[in-house]
Amino acid sequence: MADEVKKEAPANFKVTIDNITIEVAPGTTILHAARQIGGDVTPPAMCYYSKLKGSGGKCRTCLVEVAAGSATDPRPMPKLVASCRTNVMDGMVVKNITSERVQDARAGVVEFLLLNHPLDCPICDQAGECHLQDLGYEHGKEGTRYEFKRRTFEKEDIGPYIQLHMTRCILCYRCTYVADQLTDNRVHGILDRGDHAEISTYISKAIDNDFSGNMIDVCPVGALTDKTFRFKNRVWFTKPVDAHRDCDKCCGKVTLWQRGDEVLRVTARKDEWGEVQSYDGKPGWICNTCRFDKKHVNDWVIEGPTRINRHSVISQGHYLGLQKPKETIADVMGGRAPKLLMDIHNVSDVNSVDISALPGPATSKTFEKK
Amino acid sequence: MLRRHLASNMGRKLLLDKAHIENIRFYDVYRREGGYRSVEKALKTMSPDSVTEEVKKSGLRGRGGAGFPTGMKWSFLAKPEGVPRYLVVNADESEPGTFKDRYLMEFIPHLLIEGMITSSYALGSNRSYIYIRGEYAWIVDILEQAIQEAKNNGWLGKNILGSGFDCEIYVQRGAGAYICGEETALLESLEGKRGNPRIKPPFPAVKGLWDCPTVVNNVETIAAVVPIINDGGEEYAKIGIGKSTGTKLISACGNIKKQGVYEIDMTISVEEFIYSDEYCGGIANGRKLKACIPGGSSVPILPANLLLTTAKGEKRMMTYESLADGGFATGSMMGSGGFIVLDDTQCVVKHTYTLARFYRHESCGQCSPCREGTGWMEKILLNIENGKGKMSDIDLLWDIQRKIEGNTICPLGDAAAWPVAAAIRHFRDEFEWHITNPDDAQRRNFGLAHYADPIHIPTTA
Repeated sequence: MADEVKKEAPANFKVTIDNITIEVAPGTTILHAARQIGGDVTPPAMCYYSKLKGSGGKCRTCLVEVAAGSATDPRPMPKLVASCRTNVMDGMVVKNITSERVQDARAGVVEFLLLNHPLDCPICDQAGECHLQDLGYEHGKEGTRYEFKRRTFEKEDIGPYIQLHMTRCILCYRCTYVADQLTDNRVHGILDRGDHAEISTYISKAIDNDFSGNMIDVCPVGALTDKTFRFKNRVWFTKPVDAHRDCDKCCGKVTLWQRGDEVLRVTARKDEWGEVQSYDGKPGWICNTCRFDKKHVNDWVIEGPTRINRHSVISQGHYLGLQKPKETIADVMGGRAPKLLMDIHNVSDVNSVDISALPGPATSKTFEKK
Repeated sequence: MLRRHLASNMGRKLLLDKAHIENIRFYDVYRREGGYRSVEKALKTMSPDSVTEEVKKSGLRGRGGAGFPTGMKWSFLAKPEGVPRYLVVNADESEPGTFKDRYLMEFIPHLLIEGMITSSYALGSNRSYIYIRGEYAWIVDILEQAIQEAKNNGWLGKNILGSGFDCEIYVQRGAGAYICGEETALLESLEGKRGNPRIKPPFPAVKGLWDCPTVVNNVETIAAVVPIINDGGEEYAKIGIGKSTGTKLISACGNIKKQGVYEIDMTISVEEFIYSDEYCGGIANGRKLKACIPGGSSVPILPANLLLTTAKGEKRMMTYESLADGGFATGSMMGSGGFIVLDDTQCVVKHTYTLARFYRHESCGQCSPCREGTGWMEKILLNIENGKGKMSDIDLLWDIQRKIEGNTICPLGDAAAWPVAAAIRHFRDEFEWHITNPDDAQRRNFGLAHYADPIHIPTTA
């Protein structure tokens, strides 16, 4: 049907989203049209990922109301539609934040998504860059009406690089698309159905492929996290730096997440929608060598600080254009330095360990004296 | 026992008229009784489009639940050059309370095969599939035997009856998932994938099985094509009332005297269907009618008073329109014809819980409202049933079902929401009684209460 439209219709479709009219190419989805407008008009998307074919339509956070189908058929669509999987028509009128129905349904979806979510953000490595946190913050309610035990799963080890936390999963299916479209064979998928459906390998197979690490980047929540970064730092304490290296497997363009000169984590670069950036129309997926094995500043050519949205908690590090407050102790003490009664470094070995060089999270064993 | 009821003949029967004949299951008897005439007629004297035209004229509506006009569905089928088209018969009959297709396939499998050949001819499908629910394991053998018999007698294979039309029929067993009765989940499962419903559009008529144009029809729908072609669409359309043409199989179960599969010609009233000796024979054990789910577990439950008469005070008939009269506020749906009758010893709260549990178990888990909402509703309903509910739970249930309905990828979300909504809408005082009398509710039932009282009909001044 879309093909027929393309031939006769004007080169561009006019679509109005929340009273803002924009011209987009035929075949554009409502979500993409809204992203071209930007700002509040853009519906949130938890499962859709523009770089993964077939993704979207599942989480239902991007539902919008179509008040008029097209110029030729201006009837409204009876149901709310998933904007990520619905193409625009010429003269379509879409309501997102101006529709009470949408706001109501979206609040419902957020509540459903958080229903069985453990809300263990304080110990979750994704905290600070978690799409579910953002979604809950923007569209959720403070309390929950759910009074039952949240669902849990048996823990499963899926290999040396990726940590699976099934309790946090919102079943967006993005990681399965990564495995299908980036790796040569998929060894994990969804087992079971309904509210006991889970991401799992069959059976307890390790996910081991050069591009498997990209599952971490596409996971909107903390279900799939980097084992080499596990519990090492909060993301908002680390400083993201753009860097690159010559890699024969991938584009080699990454973001280093540093603390001091230590490279704690390597990820692909993200665009403003939290997706992997594209270079010359190709998504900049990175290989596992770049992600997990190159954890020295020397491995990389540093380009400069990553631009972070100022609303993100990560920008709270203020390392960009940092202004140190004036040190006043010396002033009030007449030029004398304060006398230290005890230097913590004399009694603790904690800082004697180079945590970023550890293969996994630091444990009590790390600090045992030999 | 079923056979005895079918033998009595008052209303017109088209599908089950010969079901009582001994050995009708086998080709020789079926053929002797006039079987495969429709294939002969279609392939020898009609063009594929004229078969579709007859089906359109017949006004046949999908018997699987949605009631979409079959002829129209067929005419939507995209026909690009060089791309195969498929007919897939949905025999994944898993709706609680519905067992009509099982009866049809078990006793007269050749009727389905015959209908499939004729329909495949109309649609240009050279390979047609029957996707049957896994639990119907023994029926697979029956169907495959019937297919083999049809093949041996030249009704399947290459160049059928010298018409140049090739057709093969394959049976595929499901693996026990209700969701695979949803047409796009069925296609996914048929392709060998996980049975998750697809996001529509594209619809199967454009991109169905292996991305080719596909028509998915219910068993009964395809079987109905046989009398339509034999007698002509117009003749078929004369049966029934209004847009509810032809005959419909109803699988009646619950607290009635005579459970079974009945073929009705959609001219009788609900009251007649329940109480006449020809059909259900009244409520069993001298009890009283309390409520009924007239079209399979997904459709709204109705209390006795609204079941027998519409809100306008008219007699409710066993037709698509009349059962749906009043919308969801005071009506229900024909659905798949799973007629579940509840007497005054039944507890609506418990029934609603059972249904909620079913839908939670069967949700595919793909989209969040259904995945999370169905489990939540089940837990709340179990609390109420066990006397641990709160008054606010009723409103909460209402809010949850409201946020599931219409916001999911496939109709399973709606199907899970409607029974809960209808139970609260019509039986709210029973829910409240469960909450205010938690101990009582564990020992006895709410009973009939006022659910059979005549409804107040507003008179137009």
